[in-house]
Amino acid sequence: MTEAIYVEGTVRPDEESVTGMSEAIETDTTETETAPFPTKVKANNVDAFYAEKQALFGVSLDVPENQVTALIGPSGCGKSTFLRCINRMNDTIPICRVTGDITIDEQDIYDPAIDVVQLRARVGMVFQKPNPFPKSIYENVAYGPRIHGMAQGKADIDDLVESSLQRAGLWNEVKDRLGESGTSLSGGQQQRLCIARAIAVNPDVILMDEPCSALDPIATARIEELMDELRQNYTIVIVTHSMQQAARVSQRTAFFHLGYLVESGATEMIFTNPEDTRTQDYITGRFG
Amino acid sequence: MTDPTIDQPITRKPDFSATHLRKRYRAEARFKFYGVAAIFAALAMLAILLGSIISTGSSAFTQTEIALDIKLDAAKIDPDGTRDPESLARANYRTIVRDAMRAQFPEVSGRRDLRKLYKLVSTGSDFTLRQIVEADPALIGTTQTIWFKSSADLDQLNKGAIPRDVPEGDRRVNDAQITWFDALSDDGRTRRSFNTTFFTSGDSREPEQAGVWGAVVGTMLTLFVTLVLSFPIGVMSAVYLEEFAPKNRWTDLIEVNINNLAAVPSIVFGLLGLAVFLNFFGLPRSAPLVGGLVLALMTLPTVIIAGRAALQSVPPSIREAALGVGASPLQTVSHHVLPLAMPGILTGTIIGMARALGETAPLLMIGMVAFIVDIPRGFTDAATVLPVQVFLWADAPERAFVERTSAAIMVLLAFLILMNLAAVLLRRKFERRW
Ligand SMILES: Nc1ncnc2c1ncn2[C@@H]1O[C@H](COP(=O)(O)OP(=O)(O)O)[C@@H](O)[C@H]1O
Ligand SMILES: [Mg+2]
Repeated sequence: MTEAIYVEGTVRPDEESVTGMSEAIETDTTETETAPFPTKVKANNVDAFYAEKQALFGVSLDVPENQVTALIGPSGCGKSTFLRCINRMNDTIPICRVTGDITIDEQDIYDPAIDVVQLRARVGMVFQKPNPFPKSIYENVAYGPRIHGMAQGKADIDDLVESSLQRAGLWNEVKDRLGESGTSLSGGQQQRLCIARAIAVNPDVILMDEPCSALDPIATARIEELMDELRQNYTIVIVTHSMQQAARVSQRTAFFHLGYLVESGATEMIFTNPEDTRTQDYITGRFG
Repeated sequence: MTDPTIDQPITRKPDFSATHLRKRYRAEARFKFYGVAAIFAALAMLAILLGSIISTGSSAFTQTEIALDIKLDAAKIDPDGTRDPESLARANYRTIVRDAMRAQFPEVSGRRDLRKLYKLVSTGSDFTLRQIVEADPALIGTTQTIWFKSSADLDQLNKGAIPRDVPEGDRRVNDAQITWFDALSDDGRTRRSFNTTFFTSGDSREPEQAGVWGAVVGTMLTLFVTLVLSFPIGVMSAVYLEEFAPKNRWTDLIEVNINNLAAVPSIVFGLLGLAVFLNFFGLPRSAPLVGGLVLALMTLPTVIIAGRAALQSVPPSIREAALGVGASPLQTVSHHVLPLAMPGILTGTIIGMARALGETAPLLMIGMVAFIVDIPRGFTDAATVLPVQVFLWADAPERAFVERTSAAIMVLLAFLILMNLAAVLLRRKFERRW
């Protein structure tokens, strides 16, 4: 897996990197096939509109628990829109309208009885551009547990901050400077801080929208390693424009094109033996 | 000029020549010069303005005083010998002061000359004496040397504002008064001391008894009402419109109206205040409460517009981050967006308050442009404000009010500087980088 990281660099893969990818997949497949994973998030016939413009057309996708599911596709195809349907972040865009069903643990998240704020605590999100609060590193992580009443006293919060930072692989770098502003960290550290902030509220699902697109290859490698560790405890959905990354980190891949979900399945299948010609064209770099 | 041939593609190279470079450097130097020149021009005008205000106004901070030997005759002040405050208050101090002046210049006689003599000291002298006696009744029966304010005209003469070398009919002090004053000076009986009255009294018809304190208190009361109303209402409106209100035709309409209100001439708000607060609600005239209400109406659009601009400048990624960890919209705004927008909101509020501080036109309509002697003690007492005081004094005929006008402007500017300082400190407290 680690060798493949250094192949990364081009958005549109050439033949070489595709072969590099299939190597990476082989190391992963053994695990994926042995354990059956129950469905965590289930989307059924989801349409999304921005005002009159339809951005998603009848998307149905099952996201298995404790797996990394990658959403790939050319830019503007609706990957982010679909991701933002899962924690109802699209509700914050006034012109955006979503129809269809999305369930998490068989509970309809668009049910009027569902509280959006609680839903977003269960479904964490990491954004494309690292966006720590302009507060201290400690406050960044402590904020979520505080507003959700997850801790009784300062000691509880301290524990939560430490364990979250540790799980995000940032503890050793920041343990002596927790009082410094989160924005003073490097880009990759900021992104891991955002991951720590998301896992501090102990979500079931973590959504990541191109989390490495603003990072250098080494910071990217750290985040990818982290994702592999995090999936033991969380269900991860990641949008990525890098197919090498999808191949390296995900067990499941869904290919979007012009608002349609073209094909989804085990990552290995999508990359080695896609059913749809559009998928094939995309992963071999014929369009992008 | 050579024609490029078709089969030979033209290659154009960037001009790296020295002349090109020199031209660019010269343009840059020219631009820099214009900028510096503009700043100097602005500074020069500011210096002229401040210089003229300070040079005319600073003399108002001192006051000429005259020492008189006052015989505090028990028979005249307290004939019953009871030291009863009421009878002390009733005594005729004016004649005591006049007697002392006659004793100082025994050669003066005749009603006309005596009246000129009495005019050397301020008409408020009897009140000054009464206060001294009331403060210490033990003085009764003794003779004391007491410093009295000179009349404003003599004060101006002493400060050189009234020239001595013009014909007697062309100046406000006559030759006899000048002679007496010089005699007093030679005797060491005149001095210039700090003019506390200017900072502790209300307005007066007599320049030497007039002060800005009444206007300062009126300004503080009025601006307090303005701030307490316009800041919270303005910030709440801005937050609601920017963060919560649906974007539809109604909010567009409200936005357009708020923008228009910010440009409405201030006198219109005065008329509104007259019609609504005085005539409809029956609130008292000339009151800081009403003045504050009117100025709050005027300031609100400024605060709302500045607040919305400040909220808009908070990056959306902060909102997404907060919503993403499950903060409610209210928590998102109050924990993250509002604190980040606070410096901008404060700047806008201070700009609005500074404008309110300098406003006279809307106050005209609600009776705050008035001659008010008493220092206001509450929000419903009759009061005036600093710019109105400046306006009233600028209009007064006495020479002594000229320097007081400039001095009042200095007080107004000091007020403004204090407000800006507070804003800077508050802003620094809230400022965060992202
Ligand atoms: N806030 C928005 N307002 C209007 N249209 C949007 C908005 N966000 C995305 N879209 C449109 O929806 C489509 C899908 O966008 P998006 O989901 O961001 O694509 P991707 O993440 O795959 O690049 C695009 O055509 C885009 O123009
Ligand atoms: Mg996107």
